[in-house]
Amino acid sequence: MALVEKEVLFLEKKAEEIRETIITMLVAAGSGHTAGPLGMADMFSAFYFHILKHDPKNPEWDERDWLLLSNGHTVPVRYAAMAHAGYFPVSETSTLRKLGSRLQGHPERTRLPGLETTSGPLGEGLSQAAGIAYAFRMDGKKNHVYVVMGDGEQDEGNVWEAVMWVAKEKLSNLTAIIDRNNIQIDGMTEAVMPLESLSEKYRAFGWHVLEVNGHDMHAFVEACEEAKTIVEKPTVIIAHTIPGKGVPDIEFDYHWHGKTPSAEEAKTFLKELRTMKGSVPHEYS
Amino acid sequence: MITSESKLSAEVFDSAITKKATRDGFGTGTVRLGKEDERIVVLCADLKESTRAEVFEKEFPNRFIEVGIAEQNMAALAAGLGLAGKIPFITSYAAFSPGRNYEQIRTTIALNQVPVKVMGMHAGVSVGPDGATHQMLEDIGLMRMLPGMVVINPADAIEAEKAVVAAGKNGLPTYIRFGRAPVPVFTTEETPFEIGKAQVLWRSERPKVTLMATGAVSHTALMAARALDASGIGSIVLHVHTIKPLDTAAVIACAKETGEVVTIEEHQVAGGFGSAIAECLGSHYPVPVTRVGIQDEFGQSGTPDELLEHYGLSVTGIVQSVQRVLSK
Repeated sequence: MALVEKEVLFLEKKAEEIRETIITMLVAAGSGHTAGPLGMADMFSAFYFHILKHDPKNPEWDERDWLLLSNGHTVPVRYAAMAHAGYFPVSETSTLRKLGSRLQGHPERTRLPGLETTSGPLGEGLSQAAGIAYAFRMDGKKNHVYVVMGDGEQDEGNVWEAVMWVAKEKLSNLTAIIDRNNIQIDGMTEAVMPLESLSEKYRAFGWHVLEVNGHDMHAFVEACEEAKTIVEKPTVIIAHTIPGKGVPDIEFDYHWHGKTPSAEEAKTFLKELRTMKGSVPHEYS
Repeated sequence: MITSESKLSAEVFDSAITKKATRDGFGTGTVRLGKEDERIVVLCADLKESTRAEVFEKEFPNRFIEVGIAEQNMAALAAGLGLAGKIPFITSYAAFSPGRNYEQIRTTIALNQVPVKVMGMHAGVSVGPDGATHQMLEDIGLMRMLPGMVVINPADAIEAEKAVVAAGKNGLPTYIRFGRAPVPVFTTEETPFEIGKAQVLWRSERPKVTLMATGAVSHTALMAARALDASGIGSIVLHVHTIKPLDTAAVIACAKETGEVVTIEEHQVAGGFGSAIAECLGSHYPVPVTRVGIQDEFGQSGTPDELLEHYGLSVTGIVQSVQRVLSK
């Protein structure tokens, strides 16, 4: 069902809250990844506030949809979304990467309920999602499995082992999402290791491929819904996003893949986030 | 003398003793488990005959999962199956699993605390003519370093079957090591087996040295103990099927009694079973520990017997090692 305008505005507002929390938590942490999480904030707003069947008060709910984050370094976006959805207090996000925190630098299932897997080393999320989806099919369960991967992550051989197997088993209860933001640590993906044509590759491997603007709530939600109607093939949604989205100073700049803003920069960024460089009036400006 | 509590086969020293590969115990063990527990699934990476995964497939085709030649996917896929309630056994040659897919095992199974069972076949030089690429000699070291990983190295097909059944019920990430070559079936259904419990299989009247052995070479150690006894050297043979968690009480007790330890394994002496024993005794009861095994080199082609002889793991090789230790 297409989103109505009110729902879009709600999801966009949630995405902005998620972005603010990402910046605040990264400043407090002093290390981590900035660009990817900001770029994925819209998708995570859509997941936690519209797409997923889940219960923040009961993360182990038997009938929940499973969301796996394969590129675990972008976990601040997930922590922020989970906090705003009510899994834990937003104030706990200030413990990110600190000794004893449930919010590890890369996500660990055993430390924080609701994470589903432990990830960070790239290329392993699709395999785990495949195992989960296969088990659900064996048991006749209806839970849907989503797995978010990075685009740089597609360099990993493990991804393609899983791509082949998921297609072989026609796991249509699994939807893969690739955050196509075109950057990785060492530079632009097409310079480090060309991925294009990514959609043709997946098609050739037997997948149903959708490409969307990952900042367009309508388009992203529609794509996730379409994916559920395809039963003969697994679906991958290639979501094109802008790394650092929402903070014009760092958008498209791969140098922000793996570093965090200083407290001073964060002030500017938060203001940019809230006013789009002063172009939009905002209550916080 | 063979200890009565070990209830070994009457044929233990008979040259006509039945021989079977430990991997055969994997096949029968999973079938036993599969009948009891529907959650058991077996994953295969294009080696179902030689891993004996096909034995499970014949009984439970719907719980047999073929992944192709893709050990990394197999490990992480199994982690996913485990997260969704299955008890997955992954099978391949140890050189590839855990050799190729170590990081997937580390992250998605061990750190993630999912009860996946990693079944490493064709371990050791006794793989034979295939040569060094396929003779995994570092797997015990790799796996015992992982926090929370149980590591078992059964001595024969009967013990292998018991280990598989016990692993299917322990709720923990577990590694079991198997060999390719037929080896003496010298334990019996009555031989006690408990994960984490070492067993004294042989005890001379006045033991001067303990032979601590793991895997099929535990039988070779028994043969060596008998030969040593005949030449006036008394010993204890402690069979340690579980390398992790190590039965430290049994290891320390034997060390206290004999004051001299020789470890025997078909694995690198660095990082493996002998190292685990040396670590234990170094911390709790320091005595000289001599490690018999592969001395920091790769294997090569040959027959299993030729190779075991070459690397000092024959009866004669072990006897000579013990004599050298005691003559110092």
